[in-house]
Amino acid sequence: MSTDISKSHRLKRTVLSLGGFIIVTLLTFIGLMAITFFIGRVIPIDPVLSIVGDRATQEQYDTVRLALGLDRPLIIQFISYIGDVFQGELGHSISTNRPVASDLLKVFPATLEMATLGIVIGVGVGVPLGVWAAAYHGTWIDQIIRVFALLGYSVPAFWLGLVGLVVFYANLGWVSGPGRVDIFYEGLVEPRTGLLLIDSALAGDWDVFWNALDHLILPASILAFFSVAYIARMTRSFMLDQLGQEYITTARAKGVAEWRVIWTHGFRPIRVPLITVIGLSYAALLEGSVMIETVFSWPGIGNYLTVALLNADMNAVLGATLVIGAVFILINRISDVLYRVLDPRSR
Amino acid sequence: MTLPLLEMENLRVSFPTPSGRVDVVKGLSFTLGRERLGIVGESGSGKSMTGRAIMRLVRRPGQQIADKMIFDGIDLQAQSEREMRHLRGARVSMVMQDPKFSLNPVMTVGAQIIEALKTHERLGRKDMKARMIEMLHSVRINDPERVINLYPHEVSGGMGQRIMIAMMLIPKPDLLIADEPTSALDVSVQAQVLELIDELVRDKGMSLILISHDLNLVARYCDRILVMHAGEVVESCAAKDLHKATHPYTRGLLAAVPKMEEDRDQLPVLDRSAWSGT
Amino acid sequence: MSTAKEWLLDQSPSSKLQASMGSSYRMMRQLVRNPLAVIGILILLILVLAAIFAPIIAPHSPMGQNLGARLLPPSTEYWMGTDELGRDIFSRIIYGARITLVIVTLVAVISAPLGLLIGAISGYFGGWTDKVLMGITDVFLSMPKLILALAFVAALGPGIENAIIAIAITSWPAYARISRAETLTFRNSEFISAMRLLGASHARIITRHILPLCTSSVIVRVTLDMAGIILTAAGLGFLGLGAQPPLPEWGAMISRGRTFILDQWWVATMPGFAIILVSLGFCFLGDGLRDVLDPKQRGS
Repeated sequence: MSTDISKSHRLKRTVLSLGGFIIVTLLTFIGLMAITFFIGRVIPIDPVLSIVGDRATQEQYDTVRLALGLDRPLIIQFISYIGDVFQGELGHSISTNRPVASDLLKVFPATLEMATLGIVIGVGVGVPLGVWAAAYHGTWIDQIIRVFALLGYSVPAFWLGLVGLVVFYANLGWVSGPGRVDIFYEGLVEPRTGLLLIDSALAGDWDVFWNALDHLILPASILAFFSVAYIARMTRSFMLDQLGQEYITTARAKGVAEWRVIWTHGFRPIRVPLITVIGLSYAALLEGSVMIETVFSWPGIGNYLTVALLNADMNAVLGATLVIGAVFILINRISDVLYRVLDPRSR
Repeated sequence: MTLPLLEMENLRVSFPTPSGRVDVVKGLSFTLGRERLGIVGESGSGKSMTGRAIMRLVRRPGQQIADKMIFDGIDLQAQSEREMRHLRGARVSMVMQDPKFSLNPVMTVGAQIIEALKTHERLGRKDMKARMIEMLHSVRINDPERVINLYPHEVSGGMGQRIMIAMMLIPKPDLLIADEPTSALDVSVQAQVLELIDELVRDKGMSLILISHDLNLVARYCDRILVMHAGEVVESCAAKDLHKATHPYTRGLLAAVPKMEEDRDQLPVLDRSAWSGT
Repeated sequence: MSTAKEWLLDQSPSSKLQASMGSSYRMMRQLVRNPLAVIGILILLILVLAAIFAPIIAPHSPMGQNLGARLLPPSTEYWMGTDELGRDIFSRIIYGARITLVIVTLVAVISAPLGLLIGAISGYFGGWTDKVLMGITDVFLSMPKLILALAFVAALGPGIENAIIAIAITSWPAYARISRAETLTFRNSEFISAMRLLGASHARIITRHILPLCTSSVIVRVTLDMAGIILTAAGLGFLGLGAQPPLPEWGAMISRGRTFILDQWWVATMPGFAIILVSLGFCFLGDGLRDVLDPKQRGS
């Protein structure tokens, strides 16, 4: 096994898998666009009417119909739709009267901020819980954690949000209420990244920072609850698998301390598959934020989507679906690739 | 053989099944001096569980209990889990069947060997590395500097097992339990590994418990033999007296072993009705 | 009794019937030994009974308004209080069990056979059929379910029927994957070839021989998915896109109660407990079923 050969071999494989990654991702994106196209142009009996509304004149109606290119065959329409999407052209929103793309650019950071804090909490709590449950497999500790994890699959996010608001904001007063910051702090910080915590820290405006954190912590924790459930469950199951391996007995036969058996021999090998799980649940948090944002009046993409839904603003709905879907796919694909790159057994 | 190294009396290991607890080891007793003891039996006879029970490594939900389990004057059953850890590896060690599964796949070989040493002795980094290199030389690994940076999947089965032996012998234990140490290896390297174990055990004056399904192999490398069947000892004799074995199960096993200079068309099948039990 | 048990647990069954009944009996025994699974079965039993006997159990009418009794706290008369129109929340939750049951049943009845069929066809024929069908499946699988359902409802229009359709459209791909994997394991087996030699048509082989073999693993997966289906349906109801008022759908009830959450907490929280209870029931049962049917997951 000369190192030169294995190196060039590895490079070749990396290039190949990178190419495969791009192709599969692109195909999935096109599939995603096919779905949104189908939802927007095929399902509605009259897509024009859904844009202009039923009070429009015949003239307006015809203009929109031509502008949409609805007189052309479906496949041509789809191709030009793909072209539009890749140019960032997502149409006009009837509820904000602005281009959907620029709306989404404005609201996305708020969602990203919440989901990111959510996943940090989720990993920080979920992984140790899962390891703990596996280490005490079959005992009451394991059972309690198991039920807690199943609760994450059974509690409606919007309900937990409401209860959280009542308890921690209205009754206990531990956190601030709905919204991203209190009204008198709004617009004080120049949006550079759009992430309020980072922007305010960059500007050195710590009042805004703490106020924003105070607003963020409750929705992020509630969002995190769902990833804690999923991550703990998967960690437990991976750990049980590991702890049943022969080399765990080897480590014990060496006299290695139990915490070291668990964390070094049991946990280390599962870090790589856990990346996939964390990626999946990060993506799922972006999705879960739709409900949470509605409850917390959080000005993110989820809120934007639900407002658009209620106004039958199809361009905005499809644009938001496309962006959330694309981010979801991208995170999934990246965690998939990371898995293959990081596992020493695949080298 | 004045003071026995290990005294075991009435060891029972049981596992729960849907129809109640089932004993896989049913009242095993033996004493071990500074000698090489072979435990032979077919799979499921409880021989592996006996090996694990000595180190108190029977996993939940399995349970073990014995009237007496004394190692070098230490009552193993009275030890706390913490005290047991000081004995494992340092005084009693175990080599397991298949290095593919018994070595941690995501730790380098070197890190795993060092861990065994570090757990029991306080040494500087340099001294530790020197000990490891020396140990690897003694298990006939010629280029230890390269091998210590490899992952287990990058070494062959025979080398993996030699690494396993080095890892288990580096804290200088008094008793080595070898649980089917060669059955996962190619026939060509089996003998090498066994010779190596034999040589190291003699050199260091250790005791050995060799667990195997292979009667011949055990007879060659051990002083004394226990034949186990269905959780019980059915035969106990000196290795050289094996041909005088009386129990029908042992006789059946012996008859089933092919010989070089024979000319049998068919090897006999064990006639299980010949002795009581299943 | 004991002889029946012995017959069921016989290690060497003498007929196909005895073997299959014996294995279902062993599975049941294992399932019943798992306390969580038993709790799950009990919860679902309560759900079904509540749905069937709603008119008998519910002390009040689920729709009847009584403006004199608006927003009353829980009491012996109104166990869970009343809502803004003076309707008894407990009665509405009991009647809501019917809606929940209808939703999960219809989603399962639409999506499970669809997924089964697509997966079986894909696995059975292989080649391009497989590539195309699995490509579509993967695109759906890589999409966030809730968002997709929202978009579908947006296009179809709000309402409980459209919510069911939207959820079913987003649920089938997982079942297609499972049934394809199962099909692949026995596509080339002897008995399928024997059927082909006997001149059985593809359609007959798929429907009579392949689909039945894929069913059990799909059932486990559907049970595990039920909680998610209930949450999605409730979410759609909460956003005003699912069941429309005055239907006593639990998600829509929470949405109505949102306005009064600070002073009359029971209006919004009570239906939430119902959702949690039923979802947990499905989770417990699904978990128990998987432990029984998939020993690999059981741990050491």
